[in-house]
Amino acid sequence: MSDLDAFRIEVRAWLEANCPPEMREPIRDEDDVCWGGRKFKFKNAAQKQWLDACVAKGYTVPDWPKPYGGAGLTPEETKVLKQEMKRIHARSPLDSFGIWMLGPALLQFGTEEQKVHYLNPIARGEIRWCQGYSEPGSGSDLVSLQTFGEDKGDHWVVNGSKIWTSYADKADWIFCLVRTDKANKYQGITFMLFDMESKGVTTKPILLISGNSPFCETFFDDVEVPKTQFVGEINRGWDVAKYLLGHEREMISGGGAGGDMVSIGGAFAKAFGKNAAGELDDPILRAEMAAFDVDVFAYRAMGERFMDMWKTGRAHPASSNMMKYVGTELNKRRHELVMAGGGSDALEWDSEESKGGARARTWLRTKANSIEGGTSEVMLNVIAKRILDLPGA
Amino acid sequence: MPLYHNDDQAMLKDSVAPFVAEQAPVAHLRQLRDSADATGFSRDLWAQFTEMGLPGMLVPEAHGGLGMGHMEAGIVLEEIGRNLTPSPFLATSVGAVAALAKAGGTQAGRWLPAIASGEAIVALAIDEGAKHRPDRIATTATRAGNGFRLDGKKSFVLHGHVADMSIVAAKTDGGITLFAVPKDAKGLTADPRRLVDSSLASHVTLDGVEVDADAVIGEVDAGGDILDALLAATRTGAAAEMVGVGQGAMDRTVTYLKERKQFGKLIGEFQGLQHRAAHLYGEMEVARATVMKAQQLLDEGSEGAKLMVSVAKAKAGRAANLAVREGVQMHGGIGMTDEYDIGLYMKRDRALAEYMGDVHYHIDQVARMNGY
Repeated sequence: MSDLDAFRIEVRAWLEANCPPEMREPIRDEDDVCWGGRKFKFKNAAQKQWLDACVAKGYTVPDWPKPYGGAGLTPEETKVLKQEMKRIHARSPLDSFGIWMLGPALLQFGTEEQKVHYLNPIARGEIRWCQGYSEPGSGSDLVSLQTFGEDKGDHWVVNGSKIWTSYADKADWIFCLVRTDKANKYQGITFMLFDMESKGVTTKPILLISGNSPFCETFFDDVEVPKTQFVGEINRGWDVAKYLLGHEREMISGGGAGGDMVSIGGAFAKAFGKNAAGELDDPILRAEMAAFDVDVFAYRAMGERFMDMWKTGRAHPASSNMMKYVGTELNKRRHELVMAGGGSDALEWDSEESKGGARARTWLRTKANSIEGGTSEVMLNVIAKRILDLPGA
Repeated sequence: MPLYHNDDQAMLKDSVAPFVAEQAPVAHLRQLRDSADATGFSRDLWAQFTEMGLPGMLVPEAHGGLGMGHMEAGIVLEEIGRNLTPSPFLATSVGAVAALAKAGGTQAGRWLPAIASGEAIVALAIDEGAKHRPDRIATTATRAGNGFRLDGKKSFVLHGHVADMSIVAAKTDGGITLFAVPKDAKGLTADPRRLVDSSLASHVTLDGVEVDADAVIGEVDAGGDILDALLAATRTGAAAEMVGVGQGAMDRTVTYLKERKQFGKLIGEFQGLQHRAAHLYGEMEVARATVMKAQQLLDEGSEGAKLMVSVAKAKAGRAANLAVREGVQMHGGIGMTDEYDIGLYMKRDRALAEYMGDVHYHIDQVARMNGY
């Protein structure tokens, strides 16, 4: 038996003993997701028990080194763990921008002291992070950002505002791009970290077309940030941001906005009925759904190949842009079909049967997939220039 | 098993890719076409394939082959596709070998070593109409004397007129049975037609063809599973070849975008074309991953293979079709000329798209396999 097979057996036994049955159910509502942080209230005892068990084992961040709260697993072992969790339909013990985005950037660019100081609380779900990138007037064009940190010797004084800061109202700390040199467009941005409870930070949710407010506007009014709280080099925050965006796209395309990549047609057989041949009783919609399913199964294969290649350094650095583009466009298509398949039931906005208009709200939410984290058009620009090496305009 | 080529597979690719590109580039296809070659492929080239051991890649070692898998065969097929190389590799070395290896027995012992040694070309006589409908086979095999009598008509039989043996799918009393029908069987005629891509495919007539009982591949009435193996292998192989065709077309097009000037600029600078090229890149990458997944599942003997094979044929079909259409359009007027290769890619894609089930057929299969 290979070491990997032995590991699989060990993981299986551990999951059996430690993953509560309540945590093997599909996510139904936002509060089924464990985001951690100082303000987070556990939905039930099982949610906390599952997090605690994973924290103790290093399984919230299995591939991070042990000194930083991880389990130090190899990419192959991490894959086995994920497969085994998927096999029993285990929920993620902890969802966190700290894990998906800041953590990898700190592992790459942080000092040893920063790694120990910031990564462990992320792994334990103690500090919830939000991301301060976009500003009003500078969306995908991040280098145009204006929020300014004035050098005051041992600290900066930050003024400006950010927009689309996901869950800023629920976050404890922010990782933030701040202009620290107005003369240099690209090399005048610093990647800063600071507490959302710092004096001068205010945040306000933005109501979206879905009727929800996952995003905020965030304002900085003479916020003091100690000079120790930056990642990478001063004025070279763009390097960190780019690296981090790669991970964000990986996350968005890998499952976040990529959605649950399962067959769609089967789900609507009940609503439509079937004809004598056992086919969904709307031939045109059936065909569209089946064509969509082909793309879903194909994208799943691409996701597997991308992760296999990414983890072993074989992927083109810009291939995460391609995954983001394909995945988000696919997810938008899925929810167009969900609405078409749901008919008038799917239009209901606040009834109990519609679970508060879940289908309609999700459909509307997915329209942001191809905007956030870089628009589809920006992704296509990157592919054209960095992968296909087409000439610049 | 990770979804990229391991070191051995990468080495195979490193030897096959330059070999096919040098020995059988698009000029090779043009030469066969312009000389109105009646065989449809080059025997000399097939001899070179044989020197490299390629015809018997999938043949089990016990029968003189290399015992490799669909992932490895796909590497060869992608290069065949990229160079539009006319070759019996897909039908003979992939489709026929999959059926014979699955069936075992007399016919496997007779034909697998001959395929591995490059001596035998095998045709697959499955389709009976203009569209691929393997669940509606009407050719009959009735018991006669010590064997069977075959009656029916087959179409789209690649290499049918030069094949040393044809695998014929026919209806028997209790199901489907596959037969190995040798070239000289009385009552067997093959009428070759030149197709749009310059390849030759035959209309085959079986007019009271008499074969011995041992011509049965596998067991009487139990050919369904063997036919499924043949179809899965050939469809996946065709999908791999289409990835090569699409990639070849895309590479030519992207190169052209970097060379051609209009309005004082390289046309590759225009965002309208950049976005279309980038979208195509994404579709091709997804198609490639999908075909590799189907190959991997086939090699593992997984139950999920059947679904993924149809997904791969459909996805590769869509992506390669996009690649050739964008290729001709982005080449502009010269894309319409015979002199430029891009049009040849469009023609080969059309033939491969139709072979063993088109995009629509396989999308429908995906719906069925998912219960709707």
